[in-house]
Amino acid sequence: MSATAAAHAASHSVARMPSHTGPANKRIVTGYGFWIFLLSDFVIFASLFAAFAVLVHNTNGGPGPHELFDLKSVAVETGALLLSTYACGLASIAAHRRSAIGFYLAMLVTAIFGAVFLGLEINEFYGFIDKGAGPQRSGFLSAFFTLVGCHGLHVSLGMLWLFTMIAQVFAKGFRDDIQRRILCFSLFWHALDIIWVGIFTAVYLYGVYL
Amino acid sequence: MLGKLTWDAIPFDQPIPLAAGAVVALAVLAVLIYITVKGWVPYLWREWITSVDHKRIGVMYVALAILMLMRGFIDAVMMRTQQAVAFRSNGYLPPEHFNQIFSAHGTIMIFFGAMPFMIGLMNFVVPLQLGVRDVAFPTLNSVSFWLTASGALLVNLSLVVGEFSRTGWLPFPPLSEMTYSPGVGVDYYCWALQISGVGTVLTGVNFVTTILKIRAPGMTYMRMPIFCWTALAANLLIVAAFPVLTATLAMLLLDRYLGFHFFTNTGGGNMMMFMNLIWAWGHPEVYILILPAFGVFSCVVPTFSGKPVFGYRSMVMATMAICLIAFMVWLHHFFTMGAGGDVNAIFGTMSAIIAVPTGVKIFNWLFTMYGGRVRFTVPMIWSVAFMITFTVGGLTGVLLAVPPADFMLHNSMFLVAHFHNVIVGGTVFGALAGMTYWFPKAFGFRLHEGWGRWSAYFTIAGFYVVFMPLYVVGLEGMTRRLQHYDVGAWRPWMMVSVFGVLLALVGIVLEIVTIYVSIRDRESLRDEVGDPWDGRTLEWSTASPPPEYNFAVLPHVDHEEYYWRIKQAAARSETLPEEPHYVDIEMPRNSATGFVAAFFATVMGFALIWHIWWMVGVAFVGAYATFVAFAWRDHEEHVIPAETVARNDHARRAARAKALKAYSPR
Repeated sequence: MSATAAAHAASHSVARMPSHTGPANKRIVTGYGFWIFLLSDFVIFASLFAAFAVLVHNTNGGPGPHELFDLKSVAVETGALLLSTYACGLASIAAHRRSAIGFYLAMLVTAIFGAVFLGLEINEFYGFIDKGAGPQRSGFLSAFFTLVGCHGLHVSLGMLWLFTMIAQVFAKGFRDDIQRRILCFSLFWHALDIIWVGIFTAVYLYGVYL
Repeated sequence: MLGKLTWDAIPFDQPIPLAAGAVVALAVLAVLIYITVKGWVPYLWREWITSVDHKRIGVMYVALAILMLMRGFIDAVMMRTQQAVAFRSNGYLPPEHFNQIFSAHGTIMIFFGAMPFMIGLMNFVVPLQLGVRDVAFPTLNSVSFWLTASGALLVNLSLVVGEFSRTGWLPFPPLSEMTYSPGVGVDYYCWALQISGVGTVLTGVNFVTTILKIRAPGMTYMRMPIFCWTALAANLLIVAAFPVLTATLAMLLLDRYLGFHFFTNTGGGNMMMFMNLIWAWGHPEVYILILPAFGVFSCVVPTFSGKPVFGYRSMVMATMAICLIAFMVWLHHFFTMGAGGDVNAIFGTMSAIIAVPTGVKIFNWLFTMYGGRVRFTVPMIWSVAFMITFTVGGLTGVLLAVPPADFMLHNSMFLVAHFHNVIVGGTVFGALAGMTYWFPKAFGFRLHEGWGRWSAYFTIAGFYVVFMPLYVVGLEGMTRRLQHYDVGAWRPWMMVSVFGVLLALVGIVLEIVTIYVSIRDRESLRDEVGDPWDGRTLEWSTASPPPEYNFAVLPHVDHEEYYWRIKQAAARSETLPEEPHYVDIEMPRNSATGFVAAFFATVMGFALIWHIWWMVGVAFVGAYATFVAFAWRDHEEHVIPAETVARNDHARRAARAKALKAYSPR
């Protein structure tokens, strides 16, 4: 935003919206745009949640939620993901302070807890398939594997992004555009938590309650 | 090595697709050779393919759309002629081919004709009307365009390699499941739409961010032109609805590829869930198509009536009301599902209610014309034709919204007539009005008025002659998608309808002639000033075609009719506004990211369709590498020096100063 634009806006001293001063700065635009993208991603998950809700009773004579779900393992998974997000928050602070060491360390911790989460999830999936409760078994299991698997796929792609981000900071330092990408990455990682809270509640807890 | 792909995929035994495919392939090859021989490749690469300029991307979107509209029209000609001759006989199209044609027609017209046309107009116009230099994410915009082109390529590839879907423009299960559609047709459909769908969602993200966060100083929400409002509404719908399509097609693909049970009729699947999900996207989709067209008319009608748009605030309210209610009517596409009287009543009522804001808009356009000095130029002819045609289509829509009537008319030709009545009469007329209106802004010369007029008359007449008979046969019980029939009462109407196709064909040929004549006579049609129609919005304040950076200095908007007012003030005082202070302008650099990423997306889509798994992996790595390469760039922008900006703007001001003498203020 140019100085003249600011002066122009200031000369009309009635209360005005901030956008009145012209285009927003890049960090705001990028963060805002990425939030809109995340909202569209939430709609994908919303469709999968809806499909799960419709199909949860369609077990086709196979195992249902309470026979399959092991809440202890899911609780550990949840803990791992939450700790990973906490570490991601620390990485943001380190990036803000331009501390490269702090950033690498926090991102590494984020990745480790993310890997623990993924490992537990893959283990759970293998266990189900081993018992003959794979996604082809019933409508319920198709919906379960797709919803939870889609979240897992997001975490996996997030890991790819995470390591790319570490490499970027290593190669380019904390440039403005890199900082914006770190902002987007942390928004993404936190958004996956929001989705997981939904999955933990609507799939696991509610599934067992059924 | 090549998955399911063998020589059997080429339809050597079917002359029609083979010949058509060969002709298209030869034509594309000829064009490519011509471009290469002429030495245009570097120019095209530098100025268009890698361009991240919203105006260039908009023009490319519209060009793609026109190409695809013609492809879809050829399908339409085949369907109408088939139904004209297939009375107590088999006609000339065998059923499996006829089914592919109606599926391809709908898919191409909606996803690769109408949508790119509207997105192209939004791309070109929105930043100019908001008084800014570009969209929020210019490179992402290029990615969106090329992903859309990638989807279009895959759909057209199915003509020669393999087959296209036979399940209609929406792949209803269980017909679209592996059991009943074992071929690659449905896979072509799904992957083409997944790829172009990603592009569309990214467009939605880009434009919502642009309109909400990137506007000229002083451009408050209530000063935005109506086109920007309708673009905002359409893009909000894209962001909220398109992911549902992505998720639904992903579920169908999991059913088909990995034997899941989402929509199967065995194993605990639920096929009616597909109906609910697909129409939860599908109904907002029709408003994504029509809202930008409403925006076009809200620019065209005030300009050529010499008055501001009537009821600006009610226009905004009506737009946002449609945006919201669009999500509450989806079940009217399957009242016959048997959801019960209460559910049907609610959705029937909501469907009738959504006609109210649309009616508000129609009255606003009429009142804009009332008392104005109306100039019946080509865009205005399209607009008036739209108002009449869309009202008819809207009213038959209200009839269909009554559940008991819908039980009779569901999936009949009456329905076919209704949705063409609103999509052609609304979106297509709007697209052509918008193209004619903004053509001089994009290229610096107007389209020829006389030829354009006749093109409009023939197309409009053709539309009525094709589709009014379909209402009649629909009421007489003719269902849609019939490959042949033996009811004598329908025959005469089908003959009338096919005559209408001929009229529409003349209209299309005349449109091509219009473009040809206009390019030939461009010197006499030149727009020197940048404001050929005596316009009212900001895009007419800059040169035609606008410089890369749109505006030498960003305007400081202080009124809803800002440009109109400074124009009148300048005309009255016979002096231009004071010369601004020019500064260096930073613009985003070109990027091949979009083109390269779409190349890998096409390869990945093709490999997925034919189960060539190694190629999927290679393409994924390629796409990832493309984005990493983009992320590793050190210079995002290039600088246009203040002297260049000043020189360009002096030329613009000189042309304006000359035009000012001839302009009589109102």
